[in-house]
Amino acid sequence: MSENVKTVETDVLVIGAGGAGMRAAISVNDAGLKVVMVTKSLLGKAHTVMAEGGIAAALGNVDPQDNWTVHYGDIIEEGVYISDWRMAEILGKEAPERVLELERYGALFDRTPDGRIMQRAFGAHTYRRLAHVGDRTGLELIKTLEDQVLHRDITFYDEMYITNLLKVGDKIAGAFGIKMTTGEFFVFKAKATVIATGGSGRVYKVTSNSWESTGDGIGMAYRAGVKLRDMEMIQFHPTGMVYPPGVKGLLVTESVRGEGGILLNSKGERYMLKYSPQKKELDARDVVARANYKEITEGRGTEHGGVYLDITHKSPEYIKHKLPAMYQQFLEFAGVDITKEKMEVAPTVHYMMGGIQVEAETERSNIENLFAAGEVASGLHGANRLGGNSLADILVFGKRAGDSASAYARSSTLLDIPQDLIEKEINYVKGFFKENGKNPYDLIDRLTTCMSDNVGIVRDGEHLKKAVDIIEQLKEEFKEVGTKGMIRYNHGLLGCLELANMLVSCEAITHCALMREESRGAHTRLDFPKKDKNWKKNIITYMGEDGKMQYETVPVEPMPKEYEQYVKPEVYE
Amino acid sequence: MSEDINIKIFRFDPENDKEPKFQDYKVPYVDGMVVLDAVRYVEEKIDPTISIRWNCKAGKCGSCSAEINGHPSLMCKTRVDNIGKNITVSPMAAFPLVKDLVTDISKNWEIARKIPLLTPREGLEKPWRINPKDVERSKEFKRCIECFLCMDVCHVVREHFTPYFGPRHIVKAASWDMHPLDGLDRSKMLNDEGGMGYCNITKCCTEVCPEHIKITDNAIIQEKERAVDRKYDPIAMVIKNRRKKEKVM
Repeated sequence: MSENVKTVETDVLVIGAGGAGMRAAISVNDAGLKVVMVTKSLLGKAHTVMAEGGIAAALGNVDPQDNWTVHYGDIIEEGVYISDWRMAEILGKEAPERVLELERYGALFDRTPDGRIMQRAFGAHTYRRLAHVGDRTGLELIKTLEDQVLHRDITFYDEMYITNLLKVGDKIAGAFGIKMTTGEFFVFKAKATVIATGGSGRVYKVTSNSWESTGDGIGMAYRAGVKLRDMEMIQFHPTGMVYPPGVKGLLVTESVRGEGGILLNSKGERYMLKYSPQKKELDARDVVARANYKEITEGRGTEHGGVYLDITHKSPEYIKHKLPAMYQQFLEFAGVDITKEKMEVAPTVHYMMGGIQVEAETERSNIENLFAAGEVASGLHGANRLGGNSLADILVFGKRAGDSASAYARSSTLLDIPQDLIEKEINYVKGFFKENGKNPYDLIDRLTTCMSDNVGIVRDGEHLKKAVDIIEQLKEEFKEVGTKGMIRYNHGLLGCLELANMLVSCEAITHCALMREESRGAHTRLDFPKKDKNWKKNIITYMGEDGKMQYETVPVEPMPKEYEQYVKPEVYE
Repeated sequence: MSEDINIKIFRFDPENDKEPKFQDYKVPYVDGMVVLDAVRYVEEKIDPTISIRWNCKAGKCGSCSAEINGHPSLMCKTRVDNIGKNITVSPMAAFPLVKDLVTDISKNWEIARKIPLLTPREGLEKPWRINPKDVERSKEFKRCIECFLCMDVCHVVREHFTPYFGPRHIVKAASWDMHPLDGLDRSKMLNDEGGMGYCNITKCCTEVCPEHIKITDNAIIQEKERAVDRKYDPIAMVIKNRRKKEKVM
């Protein structure tokens, strides 16, 4: 073979180095096995770093009545009864220990007056439950795990872009990657593989997500025959920045409301009193996001197309202490002093509840040696995610994915990877180098605009069908995308590779949204405004034998009788 | 300020180019735009082969470090209306160049591995109790997003071949040393292995820190004082000598 391809062998390969990937790698290291972790960004820069509010865990430090059963009930209700109840149980039970473990690794949480881990209120959590570090909890989490990774025998390759999983028979033999800084090709051979690549938020124009959240894990898994679930469920965070344009979509943490911030329209009305008299600003994210959306679209929005979020009634000292990052963010990006002025906010794409279908206890996909954890996986959050549950999710299920992958790797061997499989990948990458190729960023721009315009916070059949057509058109045009120059650190090439994955997510999101003819959780259909009991189902997406995307529905597995007491019964109009 | 901005971007591929150059680009100005917006415009609309590194575009991840008009800064946090419409962007000079604006910052991982992690004192009851006030001191250092601008601006790191770990790593060590439950003192190793003595407290690192960490005053000077106290503390010397004698006896 003409190309120089480096081969790396390991017991477990972890793709992605956010919270879930790093926690999984730590588990494999704890099990005494060899682990290689790869990430497309630099170590410690993953999207986890953007998490602000906290980690939901029923420690009961502030509200002693809290326990796993209450957390369980909150998850099921917020997920509007299509969550995997086993995952909700596992999260409720194990999150406290993962938080305490993080503290032993060195994370330094805010404290209660008597010295225990402080917990704050958050939307739709029954009790004050979020362990936090001011409004920078994600940074603390990722730096703490990064320290563990650096001080353990964990090999990592950062700025390593994985193009595809290498499937041999019905198993994953490893993955093919490009080391961005050198342009070298790598083949990773592993007995078991964990995907922890995060979500696809960047398929939308207005999003709080980092550059890297292009759904690469979704794309590579789908192409390898992995089943996806709940892809239509996209969470819109009620409060993203709207101005200046360069930071449109950037997250304004829910902690602002948790700490007492109120929402006002341009008439100065506190409209949440109307939409949600009980929970007000702290109702579930879908409820608040839709309220904000409604106020804006009905003409009661602000100059830049948002609503006001106001925390000025708290003292400047309190705001700077509790929300230091938000204070800086508005001051530096928008020139707004939030201790004196109101913030302008609007809904922004924040999280993908759907993703790879996994078994609750093991995080195993429908491929026996492929596991997934974190935002790329699905099941826990159902139709909507509670704030603070994603950080809990990545720790709890990141660990479990690492444990399961280790157990699998211990009793299996490396698979041989046929040369033609590797050649195929090399040709795939090289195929993007062409004269007069279409600029991938033009296509990405059209794709993300299409998603925001047609598959947004409020959907209907007409717009969804329009989106289906645009996506089909872009799939055709994708065949002509290309770039110039060399493989090394070429964003044009990355744009092409990412676009392939973004198209998979978009197709799945849009088709599933069209299929689900009801409104449930984050999925709102104007043409089907009510929840429908016939839709207490999950939509599964996979690649059919003809290479086309297939969909099927499966009923939600009922929870055991004795757990029903923890959850309010589901009501249909 | 509605007209185009003129941006000069450093272009160099050490493997193929003979010498570096600054290339001029014109980018339309958008209200409130930051330098990263302009550089991304060049990448997406003019030349996708330009190598840049960015991720969160929110000042939280520390990926887009560069020298803007010679000043080490995050591209995502530098507003064009604050610096004018003639902008020059070059890579961090303290790290080996990969290509264009991208540098190899991996030596930081080697240094990070040398600094012992949190080592809790023995006999602590679990779960730990920590006074809310005691959390504050270490918290300042935990704001670090590892943009490595402090390393870039540090003339010791940049111009001299010394063993000095550099400001980011003193901050990391200080975050553990000032952790309320930590039982180690890292000042000696910072001084011996970490070459902390080479720092002559010019405070350049503090000036460029996008997280406004008082690196020199609160981390480096504190660690230097500890190291000196350890070395020359007369009471400690007496105790040390007595222990030595006891051992001999």
